Amino acid sequence: MNAPLRVDAYGAVKASLSHTTLAVPGMHCAGCMGKVERALAALGGVASARTNLTARTVEVVHEAQVGLPALVAALGAIGFEAQLREAEAAPVSAVRPLLAPLGVAAFACMNVMLLSVSVWSGAEGSTRQLFHWISALIAVPAIVYAGRPFFASALKVLRHGKTNMDVPISIGVVIATALSFYETLTGGAEAWFDGVLMLLMFLLAGRVLDAMMRDRARSGVDALLRQAASGAMVIAADGQARWVEAKALHPGMVMRVAAGERLAADGEVVRGTTRFDQSLLTGESAPVQAGPGAQVHAGTLNADAPVDVRVSAAGQDTALAEIARLMDVAGQSRSRYVRIADRASRLYAPAVHTLAALTFAGWMLAGAGVYHALVVAIAVLIITCPCALGLAVPVAQVVAAGALMKRGVLVKDGSALERMAAVDRLLLDKTGTLTVGRPVPDEAALDVLPDAEAAVALALASHSRHPLSLGLARALAQRGVRAAVLEDVSEVPGKGVTARWNGIAVALGRPLSAYGMATALRVEGGPVRVIPFADALRPDTDAALAQLAAMGVQASILSGDAAPAVATVARATGLTAQAAASPAEKQAAIERLMDSGRTVLMAGDGLNDGPALAAANASIAPGSASDVGRQAADMVFTGESLLAIPRAITVARKTMRVVRQNFALAIGYNLLAVPLAMAGQVTPLIAAIAMSTSSLVVVANSLRLAGAAR
Amino acid sequence: MNGLAFMLPIALGMGLFGLGAFFWALRRGQFSDLDGAAARILIEDDEDVPE
Repeated sequence: MNAPLRVDAYGAVKASLSHTTLAVPGMHCAGCMGKVERALAALGGVASARTNLTARTVEVVHEAQVGLPALVAALGAIGFEAQLREAEAAPVSAVRPLLAPLGVAAFACMNVMLLSVSVWSGAEGSTRQLFHWISALIAVPAIVYAGRPFFASALKVLRHGKTNMDVPISIGVVIATALSFYETLTGGAEAWFDGVLMLLMFLLAGRVLDAMMRDRARSGVDALLRQAASGAMVIAADGQARWVEAKALHPGMVMRVAAGERLAADGEVVRGTTRFDQSLLTGESAPVQAGPGAQVHAGTLNADAPVDVRVSAAGQDTALAEIARLMDVAGQSRSRYVRIADRASRLYAPAVHTLAALTFAGWMLAGAGVYHALVVAIAVLIITCPCALGLAVPVAQVVAAGALMKRGVLVKDGSALERMAAVDRLLLDKTGTLTVGRPVPDEAALDVLPDAEAAVALALASHSRHPLSLGLARALAQRGVRAAVLEDVSEVPGKGVTARWNGIAVALGRPLSAYGMATALRVEGGPVRVIPFADALRPDTDAALAQLAAMGVQASILSGDAAPAVATVARATGLTAQAAASPAEKQAAIERLMDSGRTVLMAGDGLNDGPALAAANASIAPGSASDVGRQAADMVFTGESLLAIPRAITVARKTMRVVRQNFALAIGYNLLAVPLAMAGQVTPLIAAIAMSTSSLVVVANSLRLAGAAR
Repeated sequence: MNGLAFMLPIALGMGLFGLGAFFWALRRGQFSDLDGAAARILIEDDEDVPE
């Protein structure tokens, strides 16, 4: 509808249009994309809105007078939280820089292969020379361009005196290209351009697959700091209120925090009494009472009433920023993990280079000329170039990740599967991981509720956003209860919902004698119905724990919650438990286990699990987890069932088995081809056939994983 | 063999054209949101369809 605006006075209008990129973390499907784009396009003054599902952003082109608040409000109205994406938070794609080299390698490979086929089928003399020259003209620039990712990486590790898979690749590619170019110049019979390009193409394809998985992993730390509010209403000494950005807050200022607002800094309550939802920090689902003098933390949510809070720590000094730092440090220890492909190349590269050197020496001793000995040695290097090895790991991991995704487990990183396969110890967070993380009303209490009262309860509960109300409404709706028609509905924060039903006063609120989590339904003239709530265990918990035990994975609970709540769950599951653990203590517990030689899998959901998720050998989070939990974990399972955890471990182990088979196949091919090469019997034709066959065999073997998650 | 003088440039030209098209698409950002491109086909155009 705004399209004419752009077309009519393109130059003039374009100058006054501004671009805004908003992060919309809640967008995850086609329906969301459509809603977001339509809501923004319907706004006056917006020329276009285009979502990016991979980056979870929307780019809006709009007139300058349409402000950021209007855009955020428009998305808020349809239920999407949005915020301005900071420029430095732009996710760097690992795939994109590899696509252009892959395209060039594929183009050059196909054309050179075409020319090579004519040479192999008997082109002679000047025709062969012409074909070699054309091949060289295409191949040399293409190899220089497409080989850059490998050359750069090889140079980098060599400078540090180490080696990785890129070193033998680069040496093989450079030497084979130089030899082929020399052959072309001198009118020789054999050029290896096609083999080199095919090698690069297969390897780049492997890298692209690997990078696609890595792109899904996002930095956990960025998401963490976004949990704090962007600013606060600060009350000056003269009573004047003004909005101050979070980074401009400093100790001593007094913030007025409305109900439903998140704290922007740590502080002490000076006026008012309320309850704070601290689930972000502690993982505890029930809000905590806070009156004057109570310490409260940035990122926690004011649940009930407005309060004044004096800032005691802001910015980098808050407890939230401390967790971010812990996660940052914990993540670094994981990045020291050496991937299996690189471990293999530590053995592979020296072996291959020794073989080539031995071949050269052998032929020299046997009386061949330097040129002949060199050509044979180079043929050994080319034939051992790790073409199939480059595909052995990424193809298997991508196929396995696809299989897991179909069963509701998202794998963010290929190395996650490697690390997951080795785990023998599982630590489970309680709230939200072992349990569903939301209050579920007691079934027995609902059973005794008369139908009419159940209808009233559902109607009352549906008017509140309180966690207990949400849980009650959900459970009653599942039982097929239809809501009664109410009048004069009003909600008093901290007290409950009141209304009139057919002229009778009804209320849903806190029971007089509270034991644990409960709500009371009061219908005038009837008895008070108390409905207790509990945080229910996830479905299939027993089956999942039994499977884990059978797999040799020892499980226990590691919770930030108070001891009594943890003890209940520990009894129900028969697991040992550590309660009241702070984020740093959770991390320390994991490091102790790792130091004693265990390979630890952490399953957690809350922000307080962030450092633990980042520190463990591998980690998994439920889809309902906090942003930070999802970001820090290697895997995310979207369903309710806890069976996802044993399934992920099973598939990871199967994947590693296939990866090892792939290595065996790739090395087995070398065992056949290397003696041939050392004997000087390998021609470019044989090299091309051997290379493509071994790659296809490895890919075919990896495809067997497609059904692994069943 | 005279055919080669035509066929080789044609073959290479077609290949280069494809490569050029790929680079054009890459630069236009057509590979920047592969997940979104896959999901985009499912977007409902009718806004008034009840959910």
